[in-house]
Amino acid sequence: MADTMTFDLVSPERKLASVEATSVNIPGMEGDLTAMPNHAAFLTTLRPGVVKVNNGSDVTEYVVTGGFAEISAEGTSVLAEQAMPLNEATAEVLGGVLSAAEATLETSAEDSKTAAAQRVNDVKTLMEQLGH
Amino acid sequence: MANLKDLKTRIDSVKSTRKITKAMQMVAAAKLRRAQESAEAARPYALQMDVVLGNLAKGAANSPTAPRLLAGSGKDDVHLLIVATSERGLCGGFNSSIVKLARLKIAELLKAGKTVKIITVGKKGREQLKREFGDNMIKHVDMSEVKNVGYVNAQEIATDVLARFDAAEYDVATVFFSRFRTVMDQTPTALQLIPAVFNDAAEDATAPNYDYEPDEDAILADLLPRSVSTQIFTALLENGASEQGARMSAMDSATRNAGDMIDSLTIQYNRSRQAAITNELIEIISGAEAL
Repeated sequence: MADTMTFDLVSPERKLASVEATSVNIPGMEGDLTAMPNHAAFLTTLRPGVVKVNNGSDVTEYVVTGGFAEISAEGTSVLAEQAMPLNEATAEVLGGVLSAAEATLETSAEDSKTAAAQRVNDVKTLMEQLGH
Repeated sequence: MANLKDLKTRIDSVKSTRKITKAMQMVAAAKLRRAQESAEAARPYALQMDVVLGNLAKGAANSPTAPRLLAGSGKDDVHLLIVATSERGLCGGFNSSIVKLARLKIAELLKAGKTVKIITVGKKGREQLKREFGDNMIKHVDMSEVKNVGYVNAQEIATDVLARFDAAEYDVATVFFSRFRTVMDQTPTALQLIPAVFNDAAEDATAPNYDYEPDEDAILADLLPRSVSTQIFTALLENGASEQGARMSAMDSATRNAGDMIDSLTIQYNRSRQAAITNELIEIISGAEAL
């Protein structure tokens, strides 16, 4: 069994990471999950949260604001709406994301209200988690 | 024959024009590199998105519950054309070729009795289309304040386009832009956004059977709007690179033309100078003979 898999983190504007990893922690829409090599093929959407990449010795953390992740036996790719290294995710940046989410909640149609509210909550949780 | 002074001024003015076009060419070359880099950087995301959506769409396309973004509104009466051009001119046939393609399409649609609505991105395309199709224009997106096209810009346009679709303002959306191939070669392209079409060639026959969380329909509903933004973003980036490429080659030939003109003007200048000297000599000699 392979010890590592390829991990790609891409946002629409740039490729943030393309590394070998032993495990990756992903904030899935319906709960966190950890992908390891030889994981069954899996596709999930993301909620705002932290992606942790473990390459055996180091853990690198990235903040994502949504998107989706595709996991297969050979590798994991995270396609994030917006992604940044943890230290770049300042209160300011996340505040912007939060107000955008709140604006969407205000204007969203009745049937997507729950999803929008969920998103506002997720961003708030993430901010608390990071201590902002 | 123009007098010497006039020729001299003329040569100087063409020389300074050459300097300007040369500088513009260099600037375009530098900008082109940056534009190409950002287009390159955006490609993995767009590709991955396409593959995943292609797989999902294959399964969902025939189901009655398919999202409207994929299945369309069931009609084909009102077309929305998003024409993306540049904010600045002096880039050869770049804007005209995009507008020409859009114009052909509009004529075709109007002939078939469809309603056409136009959103323009970038001032130059708007100027060219305004005369003929001013009544069909519903919105203009001004990009002159935007230095580097970001995903947010694309998202803004996409949000508007999607809102209009939800409000049943149109049935089919197509974006017009120029695809960057090489510096010399940019191809104006029309890409249908809504209903979404997927390239069959992009499908991976060996793609594993995914587990989905949440279910397939929910993911598809989440991804389709995002795919619209991504496609618009790709279009804007390709356009950016194409614009700079087109400007670079246009300015290159302008510089060359100016050089040719300077050469021929200089020859003309020297000839006139010589003629003037000869004339003077003849006058002196014939004056001396007459004595």
